[in-house]
Amino acid sequence: MPSRSLSVLVIDENTVRAAIIEAGLREAGHEQVTVVHDVNGIAQRIAEIQPDVIVIDLENPNRDMLEAMFNLSRAVRRPIAMFVDQSDQSAIEAAVDAGVSAYVVDGLRQERVKPIVDMAISRFNAYSRLARELEEAKSALEGRKLVDRAKGILMRSKGISEEEAYTLLRRTAMNQNRKISEIAQSLILASGLLDE
Amino acid sequence: MSDHHITAGFLPLLDSAILVAAREKGFAAVEGVDLTLVRETSWASIRDRIAVGHFEVAHMLAPMPIAANLGLTPMRLNLIAPLALGLGGNAVTVSNALWQAMAEAGATGPDDPAAAGAALRKVIEGRREQGGDRLRLGVVHPHSGHNFELRYWLAACGIDPERDIDITIVPPPLTADAMAAGRIDGFCVGEPWNSVAVAAGHARIATVKAAIWRSSPEKVLGVRADWAEAHSDTLARLLRALYRAAAWCGEAENHEELAAILSGEAYLGQPAKLLLGALDGRLETGNGIHRFPDFFLPVEKAATFPWQSHALWFYSQMVRWGQVPHTEVNTEKARASFRPDIYRAALGPLGAALPSASMKVEGALTAPTPVGATSGRLTLGPDGFFDGAIFDPAKLGDYIVGQKPAGAVD
Repeated sequence: MPSRSLSVLVIDENTVRAAIIEAGLREAGHEQVTVVHDVNGIAQRIAEIQPDVIVIDLENPNRDMLEAMFNLSRAVRRPIAMFVDQSDQSAIEAAVDAGVSAYVVDGLRQERVKPIVDMAISRFNAYSRLARELEEAKSALEGRKLVDRAKGILMRSKGISEEEAYTLLRRTAMNQNRKISEIAQSLILASGLLDE
Repeated sequence: MSDHHITAGFLPLLDSAILVAAREKGFAAVEGVDLTLVRETSWASIRDRIAVGHFEVAHMLAPMPIAANLGLTPMRLNLIAPLALGLGGNAVTVSNALWQAMAEAGATGPDDPAAAGAALRKVIEGRREQGGDRLRLGVVHPHSGHNFELRYWLAACGIDPERDIDITIVPPPLTADAMAAGRIDGFCVGEPWNSVAVAAGHARIATVKAAIWRSSPEKVLGVRADWAEAHSDTLARLLRALYRAAAWCGEAENHEELAAILSGEAYLGQPAKLLLGALDGRLETGNGIHRFPDFFLPVEKAATFPWQSHALWFYSQMVRWGQVPHTEVNTEKARASFRPDIYRAALGPLGAALPSASMKVEGALTAPTPVGATSGRLTLGPDGFFDGAIFDPAKLGDYIVGQKPAGAVD
């Protein structure tokens, strides 16, 4: 019997992450993917879409509401928590570690669901990595801006060159075992106080 | 350096206070416990993360461990409750429009749940006659004190929670917004979320948990059963730390400091002023500040003791509302979810006044009453239900038969 393509509903308030997951699922050949960002009116949407698998951010505060709704559902196709039989403890751990929660309709074979959940997990992890890198890049940029300002202050107040100013900052940071951006920040703060 | 590491999940609610104080005031450290607290966004998340071992223990709705042991949760998980995180702390809050209608129908104020319930019944009947929509009331979880006390109150006032209104699940931090957006007409939730809705100008406190059932159970420390068994010493240390923290939280002179700690971004992230009212039992109801006796008790009246009669009352309500069939096996699973034996063993060395009994007749005390304790003096009560009913755990079967199930309220 040819297996029908599964219908997947992705609920994620984070539009970027939802797009990444959706793209991944489509690339993997899943054509019936629906993305919902707002859980208001979700009962109606679920009734329309009749999803086989629901993927949701573990941290979504509305999960209690969704689970209660699934429990009350009188429909035959009632979603239950992923791997409720716990036959695959490591899969549950991987999902929770990644921040993924999934619900599948009762009776669906696990091997059909697993690739979808695995895809969601890997995309969640990829998104977290990207977000972290972006955060690091942002703080590096901010650090560089601080150092530039601190150099300017030193150059003006001490009449030294840019290179000498930088060396002074770096040496101070090393002596105090702190980041150069922290030293720069302290200097900017102190200079601001002295100017007042 | 500490060898006892415990990570606990919690939700941003006032009754996380004991856990927060155990960490912030050093009670955990004194017991050699390195306690890490992780704020969560849903009870489902707390359950999932305790199931996979991210948390050893967590702030939980008292019926959660019972529901887990009865197999009602989507993950197979055995939990125990060796300590309660206080008594009371909830309120029923309604929109200004609904309160207006209730007041016109005879509701007097937050001290009289019977009058408020009778008025609500009239409002519901009026809406039905006019072909209006059913009122929508929010609770935080199907297996929660909120759900059960709200339903208890409604049913005792002649309102069928299944037929006459819609009960919907709303996460605590979203209750005020849901009401402002008109998605719900009222809710039963723990503090500070009633005060937040009142302060935003949307709502009135209609009644409080302490008026529906005085000195009633609310949150517990939920512990993974297998972890508790393998780490009994670490758990005992944590229970001692929590008991001391509860005693600290119970001192009125500490309430301002506690409110300031809880207001931090990592904890509740709400103004300390909004938290202080509930700690002192003086809440802004939307019609002036009102004093509620025993609104939230962190330590007094054996507030941390895991009464098995509380577990059985929750079980009786799970049966009542069709969550689980009543059987002897289920009764025993529910009772054994609460573990006064572990509580006594851990707190014995502190010389704390420990109740000699593990169950009591709920609703029997009309005044503060000294009771049997292993050491020291212990006072319990009053603990009455607003409708004067008595729950005797020795007559659980009769109680279950006698309560009106869904669809049977006249």
